[in-house]
Amino acid sequence: MTGRQQLIYFLTLHRTGLAVTLMAAALLLFPLVEDNPYTLGLTNLIAINAIVVLGLNLFIGYTGQISLGHAAFFGLGAYGSAVATVTFGLPAWPAMFLVAALVAVVALAVGIPVLRLSGHYLAMATLGLNYVVHTVLLQWDEVTGGPSGFAGIPGLTVPGASIDDPVSLHYLLWGFAMACLLLCLNLVRSGVGRGMSALAGDETAAACLGVDTRATKVKVFVLSAVLASLAGSLYAHSSQYVSPDTFGIFASTDFVIMVVVGGMGSIWGSVFGAAFLTLMPEWVEFFNEHKDFVHGGILVLVLMFLPQGLITGLTDMVRVRLALRRRDHAAA
Amino acid sequence: MLRLEGVGKNFGGLPALQDVSFGAPVGRLTALIGPNGAGKSTLINCITGVNPPTSGAVLFQGSDIAGLPAHKVTRLGIHRTFQNLRLFPRLSVLDNVLAGLTCEGGQSMLMAMLRLPYLRHRERQLRLRALEAMDAFGLADKASWPAGVLAYGDKKRVELARAIVGRPKLLLLDEPVAGLNAEETAAVGEQLRNLRRAGHTILLVEHDMDLVMNIADLVVVLDSGKCIATGTADEVRRNPLVLEAYLGRMEATA
Repeated sequence: MTGRQQLIYFLTLHRTGLAVTLMAAALLLFPLVEDNPYTLGLTNLIAINAIVVLGLNLFIGYTGQISLGHAAFFGLGAYGSAVATVTFGLPAWPAMFLVAALVAVVALAVGIPVLRLSGHYLAMATLGLNYVVHTVLLQWDEVTGGPSGFAGIPGLTVPGASIDDPVSLHYLLWGFAMACLLLCLNLVRSGVGRGMSALAGDETAAACLGVDTRATKVKVFVLSAVLASLAGSLYAHSSQYVSPDTFGIFASTDFVIMVVVGGMGSIWGSVFGAAFLTLMPEWVEFFNEHKDFVHGGILVLVLMFLPQGLITGLTDMVRVRLALRRRDHAAA
Repeated sequence: MLRLEGVGKNFGGLPALQDVSFGAPVGRLTALIGPNGAGKSTLINCITGVNPPTSGAVLFQGSDIAGLPAHKVTRLGIHRTFQNLRLFPRLSVLDNVLAGLTCEGGQSMLMAMLRLPYLRHRERQLRLRALEAMDAFGLADKASWPAGVLAYGDKKRVELARAIVGRPKLLLLDEPVAGLNAEETAAVGEQLRNLRRAGHTILLVEHDMDLVMNIADLVVVLDSGKCIATGTADEVRRNPLVLEAYLGRMEATA
């Protein structure tokens, strides 16, 4: 092999690791270039959304199911952390993981019966879950503070420092997001991940390849709920205030749109989708004013022309083109 | 290896299979033939747990597997192909074949997420085995192509590779040469002979009589959901019941 071939071989072999390293380095250096607190607040929101979308993309893109209720888990995480730290006075870090464990139990209890459904019925059931959780957050004044929200949530601290300025929040939130990204990348590159993508492609074939379809669906659902709950806790601690409207069904559909824009079954696309939908209203005033129309429009356009989602659809197109060209070359 | 005892399957009161009994011995190629609608595919689905049988027993290595869910049957070592291809068109050919190794790729989601060294090592081994299987079917140069762009014959081969790569104890092939031309059929026949020589136990469902008569050790004939004959290719060929099923009732004129 020549040096050039060796380099290309090395790059393709370690492409995932290299991409993660590059992204981590860029994120490490980002606050040195950009110290505007408003911008950092936005990128921090991207990190939180990305964690939810990563989990949701495993569920929607890899196991081929649909959930219109992940804002419920996001909200349970946020309110769980708020209640645990303020009302019960628990320390923030253990509370976060305790809440995630409780949300996992809730997701398991909901997932086992609900995931027997599929398609529209599953979408309706998860939508219903979101409605129930949103209504409880709104009406149970004594615990959640009702429509006026829950204020006074303490920020997170690490030994020796408290994390309340945008720069340290940037490191914390993106640290979490990168860890989740890495875990998800590992998962989809394993045998379990292949079983999951088989499930999305063809349930009967997946079962005949040894994938326990029902258990896999429930496991991925619980995993995505846990990620959403962690993101919710981080959101509560970093904004120090939560209100029920953040966790309504429109938040759920926004998460689904992020998955769709990023692409079904694309881990990197999830981060892109979260970033795109979070930043878009900032770029163009019109998008901010008519957010729901624009989001709906994006969803319709992507699903009409690239049903696999924007990033996945485009990469698929390129892959098919390349393969067809090679096939024609081989034939000629 | 595999023994069916009185297997029956009703679809809403309509019997698709009645009292089917036969065996597929170890290391042999058993062919299951019969006219259209005889219940061959239904029988395969009964064995693999896709559609559990309504009555009877399916004995695999001595234990009854009738009614087990499909993934458990697969984990026991029964792998299959499908009559109408069931590949994953978006995944690469390599990933499609690797999907056949799902049983060995680890079950724990947590371990997979941590990507521990032992898993990485196993992953490398599985990849090598998949490449080896693809090589055996002449697919090695197409490893990175999405399976959807392959020609029909290649897709059939990918399915075969996917079924074989897991080294199953019993291989169920549902019409592996349907839709292939004579040349491709001969190639698949050669590959089946190689598998048979390598000691695989195979149950083959097929319409192509030349192929069946050439390579089958044992032929089972199914008609209207009933097993009407079993025996070697020559015995079955001379069986009047079989001729009747295929050619219609002959009047005793001659």
